[in-house]
Order: sequence, then C-alpha cells, then structure tokens
Amino acid sequence: MEMSLIEFRGITKRFHDKTVLDGADLKIYENQITTIIGKSGSGKSVLLKHIIGLISPDQGTILFRGKPVNDMSKKDWDGCRQQISYMFQNNALFDSMTVFENIALPLQEATDLKKKEIEKRVMSRLEQMELTDVIHKYPSELSGGTQKRAALARALVTDPAIVLFDEPTTGQDPIRKNAILSMIAHYRKQFGFTAVLVSHDIPDVFFISDRVLFLWGGKIAFHGTYEELSRFNHPIMQEFKKSIEDLSNELPEPLHREMLRFRYVLTPDEIKEVRL
Amino acid sequence: MKVDGQNSVRIEEPKMTGNSILPFFHPFGKGAMNVINNLGAAAIFSGLAFQRIFRPKQFRKIMQQVFYIGAKSSNIVMLIGLFTGMVIGLQLYYTLTKVGSEGFLGSVVALSLIRELGPVLTAIMITARAGSAMTAEIGFLRISEQIDALYTMRIDPLRYVISPRIAASIISFPVLTAFFDLIGILGGYLTGVVLLGVNKGTYFYRIHAYVEMTDIRDGFIKSLVFALLVSTICCYQGYFAHLRTDSYGSKSISLSTTSAVVLSCVMVLIADYAVTSLLM
Repeated sequence: MEMSLIEFRGITKRFHDKTVLDGADLKIYENQITTIIGKSGSGKSVLLKHIIGLISPDQGTILFRGKPVNDMSKKDWDGCRQQISYMFQNNALFDSMTVFENIALPLQEATDLKKKEIEKRVMSRLEQMELTDVIHKYPSELSGGTQKRAALARALVTDPAIVLFDEPTTGQDPIRKNAILSMIAHYRKQFGFTAVLVSHDIPDVFFISDRVLFLWGGKIAFHGTYEELSRFNHPIMQEFKKSIEDLSNELPEPLHREMLRFRYVLTPDEIKEVRL
Repeated sequence: MKVDGQNSVRIEEPKMTGNSILPFFHPFGKGAMNVINNLGAAAIFSGLAFQRIFRPKQFRKIMQQVFYIGAKSSNIVMLIGLFTGMVIGLQLYYTLTKVGSEGFLGSVVALSLIRELGPVLTAIMITARAGSAMTAEIGFLRISEQIDALYTMRIDPLRYVISPRIAASIISFPVLTAFFDLIGILGGYLTGVVLLGVNKGTYFYRIHAYVEMTDIRDGFIKSLVFALLVSTICCYQGYFAHLRTDSYGSKSISLSTTSAVVLSCVMVLIADYAVTSLLM
C-alpha cells in the first residue's frame, strides 16, 4: 500500500464555540494533485494551514511521511517545512516592497544564495508569470489578478516539493486561470511536485486533480477521483444540481441550457455515452 | 496555556461547580490571570526577540530601523528638549532667586535633565512618534497575514520583524537622550543667561562642577531600560493584535496602538521610579 505524504488522524479544531474541523481524517499522496472542495466557511483554509503548522490542532495527529509532527524535533520539522510552500488566499504580499522584492524575499532570507543567483531565479519566475512589466510596482498598484500571480511566483521561487494553494485561480480571467492550472499540472509532470489546492473553480480544477477531497461538517465526506465524485450521492451534490437547474430554467436559449448541463451536470460516464 | 503556530495564547476556562461565592471572585481572578499571562508572554517575547538580534543578516534591517526610530525622531526630540530646557531655566531661575542662589541655575538645569527629564521625556516622545507607528505597522502585518507568510517562507517573524526594532530602540534611545540633554542645557542657557542675565561662566562652571559621571551613567541606564520596555510593549501589542477579544481587523490595530502608547507611557514612569530608587 502506498504511504501517504501527509496524513490527518482525527483532527479537531475549534475557534471559541465553533468547531471547524471535527475529527477530520485525510491522506495526501506524493506527486499527486489533491483538490479540497467544500462550501465557503467550511474550514478548507484552516485545514490547509494545519499542514504547514500555521494552526495547531486541538485534538488529533498530523503525520508527515508517517512520522507524527508533534514528536519531531525542531530541526526535523524545519526540514519538512523547507519542502513546503504556501500561497495565501489574500496573497499576503508585503505592501511596502515591490513585486521583485516580494518574490526575492524567501531566497534572500531563508537561503545562502548569492545576489546574482537570486536575481536570475526571480527574473525567471517573473517571466513565467508574465510579471516583467510590473517588477518595480508595489502590490497596491496591481490588479487582484496580478497580485495573485505575484503571490504564486513567490510560492514557487524556492522550487518547493509540496505547494499548498489557497484558491490560486480566484479573480483570474479565463486565459490566466487556465494558464495557472496548466502550470500546476506541468510542474507536477516535470518535477514530480505535490500540490494541494483549495478551489471553487469547479469543474475546471478537477481536470488537473488526481484526487478530490470534499469537506463537509468538519469531516472529509468524500475522497476519490473526479469520476467517483460524479457518482457520489450527498445532499450537497443534489443542492448543487438544483442550483444549476434553477439557473438553466432562467436561460432563454435552449443551446445555453444544454451547454450549462454539459459543463456542470453530466457525469464523465454520461459524457462518454454522448461522445459514442 | 497553549501556544500554537499563530502564537495564540489561550487560558483554559475553569469549570465552576456548586453554589459558592466563587463566581463573584471569578472576574478578578480571570483578570489577574490575564495580566500574569501577558506579562509572562511579553517577557518571553522580548527575550526571544533580543536573542535574535545577533543572528546573521540583521545589520541592514537594524540600521533601517535606527533611521526610522532614531534619525527621524531627532528633530522632534531636539525641539522638545529646547523648550523643556527653556522652561526649566525660567522656573528654576524664579525659584532660585528667592533663595539668592541663581548662580546654581546651570547645575540644577543640567542635573534635572540628565538624571530625570531627558530619559523620561525622550522615551515618551519616541513612544508617541515611533512606538505607535511600530504597533500599527506590525499589527497590519499580522492582520493581513504577512507575518504568517513569513512563517511559511521559513523566515522567523521575530528575527525579521521584531528584533531589528528592539535593537534600533536600544541604539536610538540613549543617543536621542544625549541630544535632548544637550539641547535642553542650551535652552536653559538661553533663558537663564541670554534673557535673564545669569553669568555665562557661572552657568557652565556649575554644570562642570556638579554633574558627575554617575549622573550621566544613571541617565543612560534609564534610557536603555525605557528602550527595552517601549519597544517590547509596542511590538508585542502589534504582534498579537489579532488575539484581541474586544475587536477585530483594523479596529484591533487602532486599539492595540492606543494600548501600546498608554501602557508604554505608564510603564516608563513606573520604571523611572523603580530605576531611580535602585540607583540612588
């Protein structure tokens, strides 16, 4: 049986009287793209922050390559963290620094690289993210989408083995959204990179995901592939389908109704049948 | 007490059983526990930040903070020093002429400034100018998750954000105090000698005769204590702005800034008494 890279065992987290995670169990495997979905406010970001140690659980154990994080020495835990990078939902860019300085910061402060090498790496990321024309601008001078790309460049500049993406495509235009998703898929293929995504961009994000986790009521209600998810019977799936039907009923064009159904409601099996 | 990755500190609520007078005392006990908890947390915070001053890659950040806390406060500190010296010169001249001792004006002005007013007023001025800015800036870094972002990039937030400010305060406070004292003595000279006619030679001779090295040393010890206190309080309030229970978001930054300034001023005066009684 394949050993998980990260495993949650009975993770519970409460904020005052609110229980956000209620005995959540999950496994994340190496070289896979895992997407966490769930309603807004269901604790997806809280779950992601547990992985990198920004939040500690009230109960339960987190294992990294089979070792409980709590039992690790500071040195071992630092070694684990060195492999992980995190992209924040609100970007968390330093507003008193330019885009270049923001992206160079982890290399300047957490590595012993020379100035020239840092500049080379940062410029390479800036080019990949199409940010070369804003290198000397401050985050407040950029649009939301450009800030997102700068945050993504900062998360990837250290060449991490595991990247946690908190809503990486939110606020992006369709072209850039596809570019970000294809970049994540490409990186995984090229470097054997592990990604955990929190996203609302369904179904697009499913196409690059190996596994999908569905967070509901503080627990992982589903884990499996996109195909398995389409057959998953849960009240939230019915609610989602109903919302699509409601929208469909309001559409005057039959073709638009069909396209909407094709995009969101048809299961992969049904699509295969249609194609045949 | 539990500390997690976001440095949140929580006190477990005690469960009360039975009918007793305990519920009456509960708020007092809880308040006292909070104060003790915060004092302990602030002491640990200060110790950890101080330790990180001597880590690599700190020099440039410390110098930047010396510029913001020290150099940029110098104008206001010197202005206040000038007028403080002038008003002391005026008041003491009035008092000393009553006992026929106006010749002692220079020594009395210098000793009041060097031993007491210089360190205290400089600390209060820096608190108002740079301390409040420190709290607001760190509070914003916290609320906008920039401190969390540092943690995820394996950059120690205490080393990167807090230590340079504490180090810069330790450097800037004594230097600004020295400026304050010098300009204050000149202010006393302006009112005493230039405006009220005290003999110029007597003014400086008395300073030379009565101000000893221990007076200057004690003044600098005070300014170092105030530097540590003010920088710790201001940084601590900003760093834990997200844990305030009375407000959220930007409101918590404004309340933390107010708390930092008020608490720093109060603590400077309390510490002033404590250090003075220890040094005398």
